[in-house]
Amino acid sequence: MSDFLTSERLPGLIQAAYIVAAILFIAALAGLSKHETARRGNTFGMAGMALALGATLVLAARNSQYGDQRPLAVTLVLIVVAMAIGAVIGARRARTVEMTGMPELVAMLHSFVGIAAVLVGFNSYLEANHGDGHLEGSLGTIHDVEVFLGVFIGAVTFTGSIVAYLKLSAKMTSKPLTLPGRHLLNLGILVTSALLLAWFVPVEGDLGLVPLIAMTALALLLGFHLVAAIGGGDMPVVVSMLNSYSGWAAAAAGFMLSNDLLIIVGSLVGSSGAILSYIMCKAMNRSFVSVIAGGFGSDGAVSGEDRDYGEHREIQADEVAELLAHASSVVITPGYGMAVAQAQYPVAEMTKKLRDKGVEVRFGIHPVAGRLPGHMNVLLAEAKVPYDIVLEMDEVNDDFPDTDVVLVIGANDTVNPAALEEPGSPIAGMPVLEVWNAKDVVVFKRSMATGYAGVQNPLFFKDNTQMLFGDAKDKVNEIVAALG
Amino acid sequence: MRIGIPRESRPGETLVAATAKTASQLAALGYDVVVEQGAGVAADQPDTAYTDAGVRVGPADDVWSSDVVVKVNAPTDDEIARLRPGATVIALLAPARSPELVERLSAAGVTALAMDAVPRISRAQSMDVLSSMANVAGYRAVIEAAHEFGRLFTGQVTAAGKVPPARVFVVGAGVAGLAAIGAAGSLGAIVRAFDVRPEVAEQVESMGAEFVTVEMEQEVSSDGYAKEMTAEQEAATAAMYDEEARAADIVITTALIPGRPAPQLVRAETVAAMRPGSVIVDMAAANGGNVAATVKDERIVTDNGVTVLGYTDLAGRLAAQTSQLYGTNIVNLLKLLTPEKDGQLTLDMDDVVQRGITVSRDGSTMWPPPPVQVSAAPAAAAPAARPEPVEKKPVDPRRKLFAAALAAVLFALAAAYSPPSFLGHFTVFALAIFVGYYVISNVAHALHTPLMSETNAISGIILVGGILQVGSDNLAVTILALVAVLVASINIFGGFLVTARMLQMFRKD
Repeated sequence: MSDFLTSERLPGLIQAAYIVAAILFIAALAGLSKHETARRGNTFGMAGMALALGATLVLAARNSQYGDQRPLAVTLVLIVVAMAIGAVIGARRARTVEMTGMPELVAMLHSFVGIAAVLVGFNSYLEANHGDGHLEGSLGTIHDVEVFLGVFIGAVTFTGSIVAYLKLSAKMTSKPLTLPGRHLLNLGILVTSALLLAWFVPVEGDLGLVPLIAMTALALLLGFHLVAAIGGGDMPVVVSMLNSYSGWAAAAAGFMLSNDLLIIVGSLVGSSGAILSYIMCKAMNRSFVSVIAGGFGSDGAVSGEDRDYGEHREIQADEVAELLAHASSVVITPGYGMAVAQAQYPVAEMTKKLRDKGVEVRFGIHPVAGRLPGHMNVLLAEAKVPYDIVLEMDEVNDDFPDTDVVLVIGANDTVNPAALEEPGSPIAGMPVLEVWNAKDVVVFKRSMATGYAGVQNPLFFKDNTQMLFGDAKDKVNEIVAALG
Repeated sequence: MRIGIPRESRPGETLVAATAKTASQLAALGYDVVVEQGAGVAADQPDTAYTDAGVRVGPADDVWSSDVVVKVNAPTDDEIARLRPGATVIALLAPARSPELVERLSAAGVTALAMDAVPRISRAQSMDVLSSMANVAGYRAVIEAAHEFGRLFTGQVTAAGKVPPARVFVVGAGVAGLAAIGAAGSLGAIVRAFDVRPEVAEQVESMGAEFVTVEMEQEVSSDGYAKEMTAEQEAATAAMYDEEARAADIVITTALIPGRPAPQLVRAETVAAMRPGSVIVDMAAANGGNVAATVKDERIVTDNGVTVLGYTDLAGRLAAQTSQLYGTNIVNLLKLLTPEKDGQLTLDMDDVVQRGITVSRDGSTMWPPPPVQVSAAPAAAAPAARPEPVEKKPVDPRRKLFAAALAAVLFALAAAYSPPSFLGHFTVFALAIFVGYYVISNVAHALHTPLMSETNAISGIILVGGILQVGSDNLAVTILALVAVLVASINIFGGFLVTARMLQMFRKD
């Protein structure tokens, strides 16, 4: 056994396993770009992870043969026990989570990567200082910088993800926290951290822990403040941004441990998360920087708050059923409200009934509907709505004039004509679903309250719009019953 | 108020101003609608269809004494005399070409609205009769031509030999021209088209035809209609018309200039040089025709066997469809004129659409209206108004260059002073970033969430770092590393399983 572990061929084998694992991860992400290959992609990802972990265990065992380390058996038992506990917790969460709770879960998981990066960073520093891995000269400096950056990014990811989780699960107000001079505060933290880095690098021994811990505290604060300052409406972008951060944290860990696999995977995740956030910002017509800097909807006067938009009209569920039964084409535009009300199953059932009656039913999904990119697609898929009738905004927007009935279920800002018509509106310029061009529009809503952006929606007062008040799930069920 | 729909008095007229469906839509606006007996028979709208739709059918006197009379053709003198003073009459009045009619209408003290004078602005498209009728007429022109043409439109290779496709040349790519292009194209013909407005080339090509160009300066139209050309331009185009028409089997001309006689585009010599069996449909026949040989409302066969159709009732030959479209235009106009939906017609002279169609009002002549600048083309006078937003263009390219140079220098310095082992890792890092970027760039939107949870699971690879540190002899390090291993495993297992669960749900019918 120990012959095998001390063999000179082993490091090469481990490196080969890492390369294969990295290729599998790339194949996993590429596979997930398309429906047809998505499941295969996930399998690749799992295989890559299994291979990487196996190789790492061997490497850890090999390391235990050298230097003054704990006995191999103890180390392996500890690792396996910790991983088993983590696996049980993770698997249970994955199996029990409601699809509507997906954004929270993803945000929560990001925070784990963040805290792991912080811990690995501290360990790496302690090891370098005490163990035989002490590095001299420029290598030592570079290692210090890597540790510092890794811990910084990890800490920001950690608290940021926790705040995102709290906001998404409504345990914290989703309104943006706007402290006076918040940009200065962020900048101050960055500058102070840079100064701490200058202190940290030349210091030898345990004294270095002081600037490191101080910086960690500041970074935790920064993560909290960054995400707290972003409104709930921007959460999809934030979650994918945190995803990107967690990748960079892993990459930084790879640098400090001189582990190429970590670097490859970390930067893959980091750059893919960044491009995803960018795609989403473009969909909302917002600048990436302004979303990160936070405070959406807080600057610029909220338009038309006191304006008289006229009267809205109410409609009852059985009337909607009648309207639908006589329509030839129906478009459903769901929003976060559908997720909150868990209305996706009744909506799917209604869709099926209408399709059986020969009504053409399609879904129009705004790129930022819900609180997670693709949130609506996941919910509708869960309820077994075929994905080929679930269309993107651009695919469906031109068809509204030929559509008989549009059902707006729990969406508000994404169907707000003010985005196109009122230049002063906080959502001005955001592309929206132009539902008002359809013959009839039925809006499912609890009350006449405004949406996330705090903007009144002139759609509700249009001549061809009717309001169906109440819980979306109950109302859709009533419609299903009335359709017979 | 009462709306009357009379029977059209013009001989051979098949249209009616309201079908059963649009009449009931008018009633829904609060009006009392009465249709003259037999008004819709020629358009497949028998009296019973109206009564079934809940619309009253009454005698002519009832209709003509209504507050609002909606017609297709301009009222004759007798009909004007039957109108109540103060009544409103809505019809195709062609006010620019018939000043006497305008005079008689204002003398009669009625309010007259010309459906064919709707300004060509986006908002008014739903009531643009010329568009809806021209669309039908363009289609019909191709059908008439196909009827006269002795051969197939579509090219085929058969056991009995090869059949060449018909060549169709369409002049004028307005609504009628585009409809003709579409109809001829779908019958299988090779379609070429020309218009003096170069900006319609794209529309022509979008219908599957080839746009014929002439080497000359062309003007961009600012009012949505074609203009008459200068003498010089005319000479250049005449040669092109001659060439195209000789090559074509079917020529369909649709060139109209509002308020003026139609320009003569195809000369007698050209027609004489066309192949026997060729067909010309002159859709401008009502205004004098684009072709020398055209006789209004007649089918002519020239000495060399070319058939020239000068029908002016092309739209009327599809009476049911055209009446339905015309009726819908009327409903849309009355929706605009009845903002309260209370059956009270109100005219707002500040609204460009309403002002534009008003020919006379309570005895005073309102024609012509002030000109309306429409959106059919980017106004030729304002090239400054570029579509791209201003903020996008500044960034001085030199600044970008400078930034890139600075970055390169800094990077070179950093690289020069870094140990090789670091640079090796950095190479991997930089390449992986780009791989990530390109792999993700074209992800399907619907897969964003699974993708994110997948990348999240993968970023749990940080576990590797934890595992390697557990073996340390420093107890603090071991404990921290174990915690890291634990949370990272939650991430890995949770992430992969939840991704798998989500992907399980995506399915196709």
